[in-house]
Amino acid sequence: MSSQCTAGTCNSCHDDDHNYLKYPKGFWSWVTTVDHKRIGLLYLFTILIFFFVAGVFALLVRTELMHAGRDIMDAETYNMFFTLHGAIMIFLFIVPGIPATMGNFLLPLMIGAKDVAFPRLNLMSYYIYVLGAIMALVALIRPIGPEGLQKFLAGLGLIGPVDTGWTFYAPYSLQSGSSVIWMTGAAFVLGFSSILTGLNFVVTVHKLRAPGMSWDRLPVFVWATYATAIIQTLATPVVGITLLLLIMERAMGVGIFNPQLGGDPVLFEHFFWFYSHPVVYIMVLPAFGVVGEIIPVFSRKPIFGYRAVCYASLAIAFIGFLVWAHHMFVAGISDTSAIYFSAATFFVAVPTAVKVFNWVSTMYKGSIRFESPMLYAMGFVFLFMVAGTTGIYLATLAVDVFYHDTYFVVAHFHYTIQGGAVIGLMAALHFWFPKMSDKMYNETLARFAWVLDFVGFNLTFLPQFVLGMEGMPRRYYDYLPQFEPLHQISTVGSYVNAIGYTAALMNLLFAALFSKRKAPSNPYNSLSLEWQTQSPPLHENFKETPVVTDWTYGYGEPVEGGSH
Amino acid sequence: MSTYAQTADQEQGPPHVHHMDPVTAYHAAKFGMWLFLATEVLLFGGLFAAFAVYRWYYLSEFHHASHHLNWQLGAVNTLVLLFSSFTAALAVDAAQHGDNARVRKNLLFTICCGCIFLVIKYFEWSAKYHHGLFPGTAEFNGAEFNQAYKSFFGLYYCMTGLHAFHVIAGMGLLFWVFRKAQRNRFSADYYTPVEVGALYWHLVDLIWIYLFPLLYLVG
Repeated sequence: MSSQCTAGTCNSCHDDDHNYLKYPKGFWSWVTTVDHKRIGLLYLFTILIFFFVAGVFALLVRTELMHAGRDIMDAETYNMFFTLHGAIMIFLFIVPGIPATMGNFLLPLMIGAKDVAFPRLNLMSYYIYVLGAIMALVALIRPIGPEGLQKFLAGLGLIGPVDTGWTFYAPYSLQSGSSVIWMTGAAFVLGFSSILTGLNFVVTVHKLRAPGMSWDRLPVFVWATYATAIIQTLATPVVGITLLLLIMERAMGVGIFNPQLGGDPVLFEHFFWFYSHPVVYIMVLPAFGVVGEIIPVFSRKPIFGYRAVCYASLAIAFIGFLVWAHHMFVAGISDTSAIYFSAATFFVAVPTAVKVFNWVSTMYKGSIRFESPMLYAMGFVFLFMVAGTTGIYLATLAVDVFYHDTYFVVAHFHYTIQGGAVIGLMAALHFWFPKMSDKMYNETLARFAWVLDFVGFNLTFLPQFVLGMEGMPRRYYDYLPQFEPLHQISTVGSYVNAIGYTAALMNLLFAALFSKRKAPSNPYNSLSLEWQTQSPPLHENFKETPVVTDWTYGYGEPVEGGSH
Repeated sequence: MSTYAQTADQEQGPPHVHHMDPVTAYHAAKFGMWLFLATEVLLFGGLFAAFAVYRWYYLSEFHHASHHLNWQLGAVNTLVLLFSSFTAALAVDAAQHGDNARVRKNLLFTICCGCIFLVIKYFEWSAKYHHGLFPGTAEFNGAEFNQAYKSFFGLYYCMTGLHAFHVIAGMGLLFWVFRKAQRNRFSADYYTPVEVGALYWHLVDLIWIYLFPLLYLVG
């Protein structure tokens, strides 16, 4: 007896002309689509463009840091480039990252629904994202031309590329002679898009689960996306009002954050981190979900400690709201609150470690296949473990005073976000590619690209831990000569990393466009619902609403005529 | 207009939703609006937190600054919004009974109350502006007021301004519902837009009920 009884979703009933890529036809049908799968793809292409743009900025920053002193740009330009790298990567790439792309594509499929709860709202949130992206691009422009035009643009707040760092700390963000209003306005608009996506997902999971898809049968990716959606919905409004106040202060001189006007810059930091700490869980929780889906399939074992994995997602989301001031240990907050925030931060390690132990235990004694999705997933577990353990250093009060604002923080952050969220997205793209496109990519090239990614990434950021321990401050244009060798290793590593990502994504793109190798609808023998329908899925996902009779991780359990 | 659209307009009962049944659609819409209201509360929550912090920093200045506000006008506005919430609730009741004419009447009352609120607010703001109590004017930037005063009025404009924006958005939403009622779309089986529109309006009202005492009375 199969663990999933999904009526009307058998592999033999292909209906090629009715799949979501072909039906309905035409450019207009794509830009006005309310199909969650198409919206997921729209998001995917858009965010990958910004991944590329912000990646180029990162390479320029790393190239400048190759040698002490000036290499390719002056200090002001450098400030702009690292700001744009951070702001674009965060607000345009990694926050929408997995939820808006894979979440949109997979969530309804995984719970056996035809679409998300509010399909038109879903499309609207995509166009709000596009509007925010355009505003962010406008903030990159340096006005040139006749004086009159420049004055006019300055009246609109368009002065030049932003140089505040992605955190927009007051009071500098209030004084900087750059288009801060446009960049923070963009972040506000993007936040609105993120709220609408999160709200849509929460309602979808609550209301549109297929018959039999109880909460204790939900795939872990759905749990993770659900926890993410809660954070998106509840944390984003706070950064929204913060950025709005910053804009009011810049535009009208209202004294909220500027000490010269009676404001309090530390309050800005509190408000900012109340969102921007939970936001790292928006980035990384969906990646936890991705890994939780991939590891059981390629180990042929049920996920270990299913409930613990699911509740850990919620616990991380919850504790994530209570730890924000650990970014502010040297900002002059009181000792009492510093001690509280330090202690609370240690608690995040508990559910996070539960997840890592569960992934490792799932692999234990499994029949592991080292295909590219699994390689990315295992790479994720390793890199995320480094990220988590170095986070403990930074949560420790006395140690953080030394490490604060050094390359140690930069390295820790990139292990979490690139090693976690980006590698998680790569894992997801490789894993669900056959479902999204019905093609197979070149596995050899995918593995080769993974090696470049993994080696390049560690080459870039391991030296930065050492640089930070030796006292190299973050965001500096120039440095002492003794830091040069490690900076050079890091720069070379970033090139390798960039080649790896390019190779991996090109491999997928070429396979989607030109490959003749048709993928079967369930190439990995997964039990999860999205694999039970055809590839690419029908416009309405399933021919008939599936009825779920068991959880999705029954691998290795005895079934009629062999085992899974 | 095509024949199809005409029949859709005259059709009684819930609109066709391709991916869920009408009952689920109703509950999903209501749940979605409640979540959205939670985000609104958090949006204003930032402002309330900022107000609390600065009131604690500058207690006596906030006390003096709040005397510049006209509490009588604020009280009238409170009554106007409370009454508008009442008519919004009546509109929901009318929709549940399928009485589209009564829905239209009550929504018009609600929207008119929103207008009255904004007109009164406009007179309050412009009076402040003429007294130089506005960021950017010469008196405000001069030495006459200390920084704490300026913090109070900065927050006052941000809080009431954002609230006024929500009043306008709420009126737009209710007008959209009104248009649907003009086409007799509501019945005992289908009144979701009236209900979620009224929910939003109640929140707009509720936020003012917190703003009024904080800004006008407590100071």
